[in-house]
Amino acid sequence: MSAAELKAKTFDWFDERLGLRMARDLLDHKVVPLHPGTAWYYFGGITLFLFGVQMFTGLLLLLYYRPTVAEAFDSVRFIMTRVEFGWLIRSIHSWSANLLIFFAFVHMFSVMFTHSYRRPRELTWLSGIALLGLMMGFGFSGYLLPWNQISYFATKVGTDVAGTTPFVGPVLARFLRGGEDVGAATLTRFFAFHVMILPLISCGLIGLHLLLVQKAGMSTPKHLPVHDLSHMKFFPNFFLRELMVWYGVLALLGSLAAIFPWELGEKADPFASAPAGIRPEWYFLAQFYTLKLIPSHVWIIEGELLGLAGFGLLALVWVALPFWAATKPDGSGGRARLATGVGIFLVCYLFTFTLLGYFK
Amino acid sequence: MQGNPTSPPPDAGRRTLVSWLLGGGVAASLASFFYPVARFLDPPMVAEVSVNEVAAGKVQDLKPNSGKIVKFGNKPALLVRVNDTQWKAFSAVCTHLNCTVQYQEARREIWCACHNGTYDLEGRVASGPPPKPLEELAVKIRGDEVVISKRV
Amino acid sequence: MRAPKILFLLWFSVWIVPGSAAAADSCVTCHAAIDDAVKGPAALIKNDVHIAHGLSCADCHGGDRTSDDPDVSMNKAKGFKGKPARATIPKFCAACHSSPDYMRKYAPRERVDQFELYQTSVHGKRLAAGDTAVATCIDCHSVHDIRAVKDSAAPVHPLHVGETCSRCHSDAAKMAPYKIPTNQFQEYKTSVHWEALTKRGDLSAPSCASCHGNHGAKPPQVESVSAVCGSCHVLFEQLYEKSVHNAVFSAASGGGGCMVCHSNHAVHYPSTAMLAGPKAVCSGCHDAGTAPAGTATQMAGWLDGLDTALKKSETVLASAEQSGMEVSEAQVRLIDGRENLVKARLALHSMKPAEMQKPVEAGMAIAQATQKAGEFALHEKDTRRMGLAVSVLLIGIVILAIRLLLRRMESSS
Repeated sequence: MSAAELKAKTFDWFDERLGLRMARDLLDHKVVPLHPGTAWYYFGGITLFLFGVQMFTGLLLLLYYRPTVAEAFDSVRFIMTRVEFGWLIRSIHSWSANLLIFFAFVHMFSVMFTHSYRRPRELTWLSGIALLGLMMGFGFSGYLLPWNQISYFATKVGTDVAGTTPFVGPVLARFLRGGEDVGAATLTRFFAFHVMILPLISCGLIGLHLLLVQKAGMSTPKHLPVHDLSHMKFFPNFFLRELMVWYGVLALLGSLAAIFPWELGEKADPFASAPAGIRPEWYFLAQFYTLKLIPSHVWIIEGELLGLAGFGLLALVWVALPFWAATKPDGSGGRARLATGVGIFLVCYLFTFTLLGYFK
Repeated sequence: MQGNPTSPPPDAGRRTLVSWLLGGGVAASLASFFYPVARFLDPPMVAEVSVNEVAAGKVQDLKPNSGKIVKFGNKPALLVRVNDTQWKAFSAVCTHLNCTVQYQEARREIWCACHNGTYDLEGRVASGPPPKPLEELAVKIRGDEVVISKRV
Repeated sequence: MRAPKILFLLWFSVWIVPGSAAAADSCVTCHAAIDDAVKGPAALIKNDVHIAHGLSCADCHGGDRTSDDPDVSMNKAKGFKGKPARATIPKFCAACHSSPDYMRKYAPRERVDQFELYQTSVHGKRLAAGDTAVATCIDCHSVHDIRAVKDSAAPVHPLHVGETCSRCHSDAAKMAPYKIPTNQFQEYKTSVHWEALTKRGDLSAPSCASCHGNHGAKPPQVESVSAVCGSCHVLFEQLYEKSVHNAVFSAASGGGGCMVCHSNHAVHYPSTAMLAGPKAVCSGCHDAGTAPAGTATQMAGWLDGLDTALKKSETVLASAEQSGMEVSEAQVRLIDGRENLVKARLALHSMKPAEMQKPVEAGMAIAQATQKAGEFALHEKDTRRMGLAVSVLLIGIVILAIRLLLRRMESSS
């Protein structure tokens, strides 16, 4: 039989058992609307691709990493120097982590500015925000694992800040650290978060998020009339384009890993004083710098408390966007302008304060 | 997917080129990704990850009341055989200005040639400029192998 | 009426009774209240180590500390000595400090021979001859606020010894009658020993007293310079004593030994510039063209050569490390190479080139081996970038192919 016949027969065999026809039909009918903002559709996929890269490289690193205080640093050095292409896998993992969070932010803001969070996509928005939080949790927990000076002290600072949350602060800090101080218990715990707990939750949420996207279809900016828009078939046209983009991202990752390999640092020494200018990773810098700026007491309220309350309020406003800023499906009504304003404010704030936190 | 299926494709040559380019490119690029992964999966010759332990030679290699310098991680260590059954090991980095210390058999003490600092066989400073004692390491005898490790 | 009186007396006695036990030192009570020259000491003694041990003014000056009546407390019959004459100060202090039985009560490990030593020193001899301008105990140790040597505010703490000596010895007016130069402290402050003491806080570094002695200070000639320097720099002394220079320098007047090349107070970091070149020390005695001058040049060349090779290796390794390559093993080996340079510099003091050759060769071997490792790492880095270029090229081909495919697909539909 010919290749085409073989292909059809194989498909039928699996379809009888798995119901693949349904998936193929869905894929055949999935379309991507074409308009000036179409390029923004790529960013969700890029984030997903980078997550996949993280799972894959993380799995490989897991074959050699040892999560104990005595051996963590040396095992990472072992990967960097003795394991063939260990340097590549590890540097890709570290660079991809940062790119993942960056593109997740871009994806979130592109969704926000196109107001795609509006009905019926509220759950998609909420699951997405939760995923962003999880990615940052991945970043925070993974950062400690090499157990070098910078990661040890950055974790100390980070858990200290978490401990200042009103009411739950001390309990939260103890939970994160596995004790009163950052130590062996923290490493074990962060390893568990990073390698099992967060991945399980993330995979569940990603599944939900993708399902919801398929169900609701691709959203279009509210000022454009939906029915007048031309479309592109998802498979194979948009998919092929997406593959190009993913390949391009892979090229970027490889280049970063080869030209700017991730450093090893020095083994953590809890008794040494913190390195000068210790600060968290860039995605926490804006909040970190804001907290630094707030005076220790504003009126009678403690400065840090005020800062955290401010973040909490901003987060609440942001998460609840679909509910207070919603426009009707036809694009009329709602507080879209206000929402856009909040979005612009947030982008500017994050950008400025991240830079300030980096250079100060 | 390919346009009008009944008429023969006008650019059959270009189509084959693109197919080859795509197929070959994908295959080659995937190979360039998975070759490093395959090499990564193959464990390296030296399996030991960290220096918690170092084999410091055979028991019979060191005479009683003598010492030798052994590499421990990236720092030197001093192994001293005090007598037939007693062994001591210390970090050989002098706490004054980081010169490498040595064992003095005649005086049964550890000496630093740089500024005449001396330590006793417990690592404590006996005389001279060193401000702190030498860090002591643990010595274990496994059969006829001497093993130095960090003290827990 | 009687109850309140009793209560008042009880209350008053609470203040009086313990007060009287502590203020049994009437010396302090009175002298602190008198507003003239005698008030000073009463204020100073709060920092004094003797007072801290429970002693009082009367234990040195005699008299009765329990009486408020000056005629009793400062009565000669009660042993009151008053202010001792300057010439008798050392004897005054030695009354306790030279008595082993007395000192054993307070500080059993303290030496009791300070006065004995002082009497052998120039200060002691001159004082005995009637010169009261020389240093006595109180000039260095201060008086009334005498602190222990290890108290960092004490004038005789290692960090302050130089200042204390130079109070007189850097004063041209004071030194003029004795015709002693006054530039020693100035020179010493340019030395490595001063740097070790003040910048690194290394209290084992020598100050004036370490080489000259403190109580038995015998300036300016030190009996055997190389033995003094050799108390820390042991191996250098051993080699020097066996070398030709020892005999030659010892015969010369004005002291010799290490001082001849390295100076006494202005001891700087040595370098090969001392061996060869315009500032060379060797050329002070050895004319150009002679065999010793040739040896000096040869040894300088070896040391410089090894130093350059080590530096080159360090640069390559640092560059490899900067590019993300792991070269810590080679860097550790290089430390051994540096140690060989140190050994070579030591061997120099034997004045025998053959002695120096061994560490120089060992060091060069290490420098070359580690340099190779560094170059290999840099080459590895290039290989990685080549690999990257290949991957990126392949990715580019795939992207191009997809674009062509899309163009073909979409133009025909």
